[in-house]
Amino acid sequence: MDRNQLRRQVAHMRSSLIEQHYLDQQQFVQLEDLEDDSNPNFVEEIVTLFYKDSSRLFQKIDQALHSVPMDFARLDDYVHQFKGSSSSIGAIKVKNECTQFKEFCLAGNAEGCLRAFQRVKHEHEALKRQLETYFQLRRQAGMAQRS
Amino acid sequence: MGMAADSQFHVLAVDDSLIDRKLIERLLKTSSYQVTTVDSGSKALEFLGLYEDDQTNPDSPSVSPNNQQEVEVNLIITDYCMPGMTGYDLLRKIKESSSLKNIPVVIMSSENVPSRINRCLEQGAEEFFLKPVRLSDLNRLRPHIIKTKSKDQNQEKTRTHEEEEASQKLEMSSTKIQKLESSEVKQEQQELVHHQLQLQQSQPPNSNKRKTMEEGLSPDRTRPRYSGITTVV
Repeated sequence: MDRNQLRRQVAHMRSSLIEQHYLDQQQFVQLEDLEDDSNPNFVEEIVTLFYKDSSRLFQKIDQALHSVPMDFARLDDYVHQFKGSSSSIGAIKVKNECTQFKEFCLAGNAEGCLRAFQRVKHEHEALKRQLETYFQLRRQAGMAQRS
Repeated sequence: MGMAADSQFHVLAVDDSLIDRKLIERLLKTSSYQVTTVDSGSKALEFLGLYEDDQTNPDSPSVSPNNQQEVEVNLIITDYCMPGMTGYDLLRKIKESSSLKNIPVVIMSSENVPSRINRCLEQGAEEFFLKPVRLSDLNRLRPHIIKTKSKDQNQEKTRTHEEEEASQKLEMSSTKIQKLESSEVKQEQQELVHHQLQLQQSQPPNSNKRKTMEEGLSPDRTRPRYSGITTVV
């Protein structure tokens, strides 16, 4: 497959990720715009940081969820942090699940929090898989510059 | 890319989030600023040479922050929500410091809370950015930096000259700034228009979530507009 075809595939996948609301168009396009010759992998780097950070926060959230009584204030704090990071990389679905999660924290709803965390993790995983494919495609297409 | 003059502007970015630090650093570097990032308010103060128990030196001859540290900081951009010292606390400490109070401070927050925004602006913050911060937001930083740089230069001279001479110098540098500004603004405007066109082509009309819709706060309140010609006071 030639480079142009690969690039079209990449563009197509990007549009699809945006249409399905995995990614926020404005934010994600902004991130890609910040790449240049001296920083060709910025998006992948920041997304990788996001995964590292999310796994750290997930552990903390897990602990807080299993504290007796459930520590809603701490939970809210962690989810707030995670929501912020999600928003920064344009991860809409993940961010929206965080918003729901925060509401359960504020309401002191333990059941709700447990379910919300499952949904957050689910969306997080789904996005991760999509982005892995996306970055692989980009690498194949030799894409490391602004359009 | 900015003009050569920009490479000497140094921004200190404060954020406890690793992702946001990386993002703001990239945004600032793309806008041709030198960047230092720290993860807390106390580290920021350390970097600025202001320690918690430090008394301000009454013999300090100038208000320029050059006195206290090796690298001059032209602007501080800080997250609001941070553990320990919040961005607001940091802002207050900076404005209370005789050596640092002239450094423009910008606050960032993921939450659109009018009372919070007002508090920060009243405490002396120049701008309040909603996260995630965009390149277009950073275009609004330059007037604050240039205004402050010239203010510092003028204040140094005022200490040793008569009022009359000082105001003459004020006029001269004001003209210089206007000249510098107009060519910079032109380039900025070109970049901004280009950027906006890119966005407009592919986004639905009402998706601009940067407007403070929910709280009903008018955009003018949170985002003071500058015409590009800075008045030097």
